[in-house]
Amino acid sequence: MKVLIIGATSAIAKATARIYAQQNCSLHLIARNGEQLEALRSDLLVRGAKTANSSVLDLNKFAEHGKLLGAAIEELGGVDIALICHGSLPDQEKVEISFKQAQKEINTNGLSVISLLTELAPTFIEQLGGTLAVISSVAGDRGRQPNFVYGAAKSLVSTYLQGLRGKLLTHNVHVIDIRPGLVDSPMTAQFPKGPLWASPEQVAQKIVKSIQRGSHTVYAPGYWRAIMFVVRIIPDFIFKRLKF
Amino acid sequence: MEAMGWGRYPKATADLIEPADAQSLQKIVASQKKSASCISRGAGRSYGDSALAGQLIGSRFLDSFLALDEQQQTLRCGAGVKLGDILKVCLPRGLFLPVLPGTKAVSVGGAIAADVHGKNHHRDGSFCQHVIQISLMLASGEVVSCSATQNQELFRASCGGMGLTGAIVEATLRLAAVPSRYIDQRSLVANNLQECFAHIEDNADSKYSVAWLDCLATGDDMGRSVLYLGEYSKGKNRKSDRKYQDRSSISVPFSTPSFLLNKSSMSLFNSTYFSLQKHKSRTSRLDYDNYFFPLDRLSNWNRLYGSKGFLQYQFVLPGEGALEGITTVLEKISKQGKGSFLTVLKKFGEANENLLSFPRSGYTLTLDFKNETSLFPLLDELDRIVLDHDGRLYLAKDARMSEAVFKASYPNWEAFITIKAKVDPHNRFASLQSNRLGLTT
Repeated sequence: MKVLIIGATSAIAKATARIYAQQNCSLHLIARNGEQLEALRSDLLVRGAKTANSSVLDLNKFAEHGKLLGAAIEELGGVDIALICHGSLPDQEKVEISFKQAQKEINTNGLSVISLLTELAPTFIEQLGGTLAVISSVAGDRGRQPNFVYGAAKSLVSTYLQGLRGKLLTHNVHVIDIRPGLVDSPMTAQFPKGPLWASPEQVAQKIVKSIQRGSHTVYAPGYWRAIMFVVRIIPDFIFKRLKF
Repeated sequence: MEAMGWGRYPKATADLIEPADAQSLQKIVASQKKSASCISRGAGRSYGDSALAGQLIGSRFLDSFLALDEQQQTLRCGAGVKLGDILKVCLPRGLFLPVLPGTKAVSVGGAIAADVHGKNHHRDGSFCQHVIQISLMLASGEVVSCSATQNQELFRASCGGMGLTGAIVEATLRLAAVPSRYIDQRSLVANNLQECFAHIEDNADSKYSVAWLDCLATGDDMGRSVLYLGEYSKGKNRKSDRKYQDRSSISVPFSTPSFLLNKSSMSLFNSTYFSLQKHKSRTSRLDYDNYFFPLDRLSNWNRLYGSKGFLQYQFVLPGEGALEGITTVLEKISKQGKGSFLTVLKKFGEANENLLSFPRSGYTLTLDFKNETSLFPLLDELDRIVLDHDGRLYLAKDARMSEAVFKASYPNWEAFITIKAKVDPHNRFASLQSNRLGLTT
């Protein structure tokens, strides 16, 4: 299997890549930090990856997406799974008062994903198959006070995926929206952890399984589906008073 | 957060920082205030307070493989890689770790810092004897390479050095070729301690050897035990013989009330186990997972000792006085009405050159005791017996030994602090244990 991973040095992406490496897949990794990419590449080769190549790119440079993806897929010799994992967790208080900051975060977490999907879709349509898997977040399910800029960017992605899924159906291309809950990774190092927190490895296992099954919207771990159901049905007149 | 070792005693408040890579580790170590002390923490599998300090540097994310050389049989990886992950990668290639402790959940960094041993110490030595090189981050943030030929002093101090010389970032390990993932196990029943010692001596050339002991048997039965010997199964070189299987484990979800582990329940368990073993077949073929890591099947088994936790007591006594010394220890324990749920006896081979490594030629006994106030005076008495027999305690399991006992039994402690003073003059790397033992202040 040929797997393209974008945002490959994030904790969830790394854990997922390791599972695919163990299954002797060919991998191509894209991320911003070249040094970390190189380390991940050798890690995956030891774990059993058939091939592991990488390219360095700041994903906020939208104009370069097309060229880079084209070259990556060519090097990989085709693509069965494209997994989009990158993101950043902004400080809500800062992005709330600075549009420039908010724009940057929405670019990273929202628009760059749309750009990548736009570039990837034709390849998948042409080959009549494959899976586009994108990591959004439970934060996109409803705008909550502590992180609604991040949430807005993620819900942009989720809504886009819902439409794209239908559009690509006739071309036999599968689209998965993966919504992780609280994940204990370097990105969330500053938060105190509780029983609801999952490890990147747990989320990665769920991702691999749902790609194999052809699921549509996936909560990782599964109990977030129930939690977010409750969060979504809370009436606005109550919800607006909630600070969580 | 509240931090604790595997024995869940003692507990301490600590900040846990988990750097994503070596660069962020460097920032943490170098930016740290001089007054604050920190210690590396791998998988949290040492029992006592050796990985407790105000600031803990977790190696969870330093878990990358860097290079595997199948010809040379060497592996280079980050300190946070767990031994189980190594087996997962190496076993399908017919390679294995030459020394394995009783759990595969320990990290490479932790295994080196505690210089862990396995059931084959009498033949293959301890973990660090198969470590080719380590990259150590010093208190200054500088990373130095240490091996038997390069920075040799620092290498000898850091292998088994309980993380006190610096933070291990990466290591190169020597692997061993194995014919299959199966172990042919032979068990020998011994009706008393003397018989057990005789069995061990008679089978000194066996690859793996460890004895389970019924600690609660007294009188003529004292030291009744089962000796387990193991050899690699000569496989037919089938690929399936080298397959790695992820085994499911059952987790103990919460601390069970500690009164469940009392003398009667332990006695019942131990005597039932002994009689079952006595009548079971004497040879069997076991998967390496069942052979090396039976306790990993029950994750969080440490919770069975209740919320107050337990203390593991492991000591080694040199050959000549070992039988007499261990008899005295067992008598003392039974006289005090205490018991150990799991008791393990094993023969060690020669000591290595590492300054604070535990193993030395002789016999080692491991006992575990539920944490209760009345236990501590007993352990102090056991310390005296151990010292009288020229023995010592294992630092990775210790939570309460006194400075005097430590310094009397680890004669290289002075050489150790001389080397530590050179690389860490302000004692940035210090644990609750090193403070207690007078290695740091």
